[in-house]
Amino acid sequence: MNSSPPLLQVSDLVRHYALPREKLFGPPPTVKALNGVSFAVQAGKSVGIVGESGSGKSTIARLVMALDTPTSGSVALEGRNLHTLSKADLRTARRDFQMVFQDPYGSLDPRQTVARIVAEPLEALAETRRAEQRERAAEALAAVGLRTTDLDKYPHEFSGGQRQRIAIARALITRPKLIVADEPVSALDVSVQAQVLNLMQDLQQQFGISYLLISHDLAVVNHLCDDVCVVFKGQIVERGEPAELFANAQHPYTRTLLSAVLHTPSR
Amino acid sequence: MSAIPVPMPSAAALKVPGFWRRAVHHRSFVIGGVLAALLLLAALVSFIWTPWSPYAMDMANKMQGPSATHWLGTDAFGRDVASLLLVGARASILVGVIAVGIGLVVGTALGLLAAARRGWVEEAVMRLSDFTLAFPAILSAIMMTAVFGAGIVNAIVAIGIYNIPTFARITRASANAIWSREYVAAARACGKGSFAITMQHVLPNISAVLIVQITIRFAIAILAEAALSYLGLGTQPPQPSWGRMLSEAQTLMFQQPLLAVFPGMAIAFAVLGLNLLGDGLRDLLDPRLARAR
Amino acid sequence: MPLLEVNDLHIGLQTQRGPAEAVRGISFSLERGETLGIVGESGCGKSITVMSLMGLLPSTAKVTGSIKLDGQELVGLPEKQMCQIRGNRIGMIFQEPMTALNPVHTIARQVGEPLMLHRGLTKAQARKEALDLLDRVGIPDAASRLDAYPHQFSGGQRQRIGIAMALACGPDLLIADEPTTALDVTIQKQVLDLIQSLVKEMGMALILISHDLGVISQTVSKMLVMYGGSVVESGPTEDVFARRAHPYTQGLFAARPAIGAPRGLRLATIRGSVPELVDLPPGCPFAGRCAYTVDACHATRPSATVLPPDHAVRCMRLEEIAAIAGKEAVAP
Repeated sequence: MNSSPPLLQVSDLVRHYALPREKLFGPPPTVKALNGVSFAVQAGKSVGIVGESGSGKSTIARLVMALDTPTSGSVALEGRNLHTLSKADLRTARRDFQMVFQDPYGSLDPRQTVARIVAEPLEALAETRRAEQRERAAEALAAVGLRTTDLDKYPHEFSGGQRQRIAIARALITRPKLIVADEPVSALDVSVQAQVLNLMQDLQQQFGISYLLISHDLAVVNHLCDDVCVVFKGQIVERGEPAELFANAQHPYTRTLLSAVLHTPSR
Repeated sequence: MSAIPVPMPSAAALKVPGFWRRAVHHRSFVIGGVLAALLLLAALVSFIWTPWSPYAMDMANKMQGPSATHWLGTDAFGRDVASLLLVGARASILVGVIAVGIGLVVGTALGLLAAARRGWVEEAVMRLSDFTLAFPAILSAIMMTAVFGAGIVNAIVAIGIYNIPTFARITRASANAIWSREYVAAARACGKGSFAITMQHVLPNISAVLIVQITIRFAIAILAEAALSYLGLGTQPPQPSWGRMLSEAQTLMFQQPLLAVFPGMAIAFAVLGLNLLGDGLRDLLDPRLARAR
Repeated sequence: MPLLEVNDLHIGLQTQRGPAEAVRGISFSLERGETLGIVGESGCGKSITVMSLMGLLPSTAKVTGSIKLDGQELVGLPEKQMCQIRGNRIGMIFQEPMTALNPVHTIARQVGEPLMLHRGLTKAQARKEALDLLDRVGIPDAASRLDAYPHQFSGGQRQRIGIAMALACGPDLLIADEPTTALDVTIQKQVLDLIQSLVKEMGMALILISHDLGVISQTVSKMLVMYGGSVVESGPTEDVFARRAHPYTQGLFAARPAIGAPRGLRLATIRGSVPELVDLPPGCPFAGRCAYTVDACHATRPSATVLPPDHAVRCMRLEEIAAIAGKEAVAP
């Protein structure tokens, strides 16, 4: 049992969205995206959030990354509530948590060189000079298996898998403690998925990074995470260690999810 | 899966190798480019040399057809038509550059602000644009020049004011599409502020849309200047203007029809050239070409 | 006579870097009522192949070879005649249910469109037929939702509507291009079951494209594995899954993470990445990435070795690979 505060603590997170009014008088309809979600990520460990579309898992990612504010509840990184920090404090705090997005084609600015893209988190912190930024970018690219010569190329010169590596390099450059990965491999081919998953695993072991991995794919979550939370309609319906959970699912939704995965006959 | 991308002209296409190679094979771009270049050339050349002075009147040789001395003939006051056309190009370009420039700078700024701030700022900017656009353009320009006096400066302002809401709307719409892209979300996740994101991510990625729009509005500005000058509200005599040349040629149509043909052709080719250039650019900057895979 | 016979199909496309061969001599046949799966990753040519069956390639594409539907040659068929086949004798289901339906037309109109076009039904008759179809594909309360628009349905329901459209005229062949990839896992199974039951009920032939091996194993009886525009392995699904003779097929299977696999296991990957079409080597397309590559692999395209009864593999080193694999299986 860990006595120090967890790296990330999410408590009773609620997010409701107001939809455009349908009637002139009376309250507008609301979408209850999250209805009280709580979980913790320990330093050096990884947690997976599994759910389907509409479950609220992407909302969790956005709230943890402080890209959106919760209706109620809190997100605390190393004990500090992210949503109550001042703008300046939040900006410096971002050094410790970064994000990898789903779409390798949309998450990189097509008009910027790889060097600029990867160095963006450093540039936003405004603490390092250009030369050092470029050095750190080269380091980050090397860590994900790309070359220094790739620094001056543009995103369109790379394949989907390579672009996702660039996105991971961008997330690594500030040496964060937590990486929130929102469906990082869903848009990739199977063989490319395997390469990127291996990479993420290596980085986990090499740098002690924690992942908050959001995915609809149980196998991917099983591969990288120490803990899994199954989300359905804005709530966590079941959680536990992947092997245990997938072998002995209790909640009917988890069972439905597991049974829906189409298995190939083993040799 | 992520949002379906908006098929607007993509600045990323400029970074794909071979943009210029493709450009020189694209018919619209080449023809439009040549015509637009000729327009520019005419105006530039007029500063260092014209066959005759455009102000020199020669009543003895008035209303003559093309000859060896006067390549395109002379007008009702004996002035050399070719020289008038060259110097008249200056007015057209001046109006185009400044009027579009006003619209570009002010309109784009408003559009970017609206897209970055959303909420009531966006509403205010859009309603103001709607309001301005609700008035018929030429009538408002006439009204303004009638109230504030005729002249090229007022004509430029009048036309320029109309470019502001046009650019504001186009910028806002394109900028909104960029704001919803994942790389902007990534920039926000890094802690970048709205201003930095607007300048570093949004503006470069909507530049293609703006470039195309500039060529279109330039053509419209030239037409508008010609229309105002034709009505006597734009460039004032003795400053040459293609529109006024048309107006003066009206009463002399049966005596010397070429006096209307030459300025008319000049206007037509300038506008055609810019439109073709804009069409060509829009094709060349097609986002489908920005994907190498 | 088989329903569909594809013989030595070659498709050339214009890419940014010049002309490239997207499909390099594939052949397969399909009987009525048979189900065929095509597995491959991006750029292998699977979508292009089925597009050529429908005659939906870009105008700059060059197609050589033969595609025979019930003996009728489709390659080079004039557009007017091709239109009579599309939607009528061949139906297609697309990947993205959100964009495959026109957002400004009601579903009654969209499902009824092929009927009015090919069967000459009136609007009222088509509407009645559409209702039947929508019931068949499991849209709840279809009668009251005939005049609804696509955005009023969920993703899974939109795909069902797409299926109804594809089946409207009772085609002989149904092509489904990654029909469940954009859907949630729980809906995927329902939609696949629906496709399977309709195919059986209506005696249609089915070509199913997927990158998901699980989908393929549960849905089709024959399969093709494509890479770099060629079919590298083909045969009955059970045989291919059991033998996995071609190195690429082995790589595909090995690269998937599995539920219940131990933590810390590194996934086996295929070295390198898929080359662009213009860069494909003249010999075997997998040469260079394949762990068993020899010089001969780069030079000549391997011909098909047939493992009985009809499991075909395009690899020159099959025996050696089996031997190596056998040795590895024995060693601890």
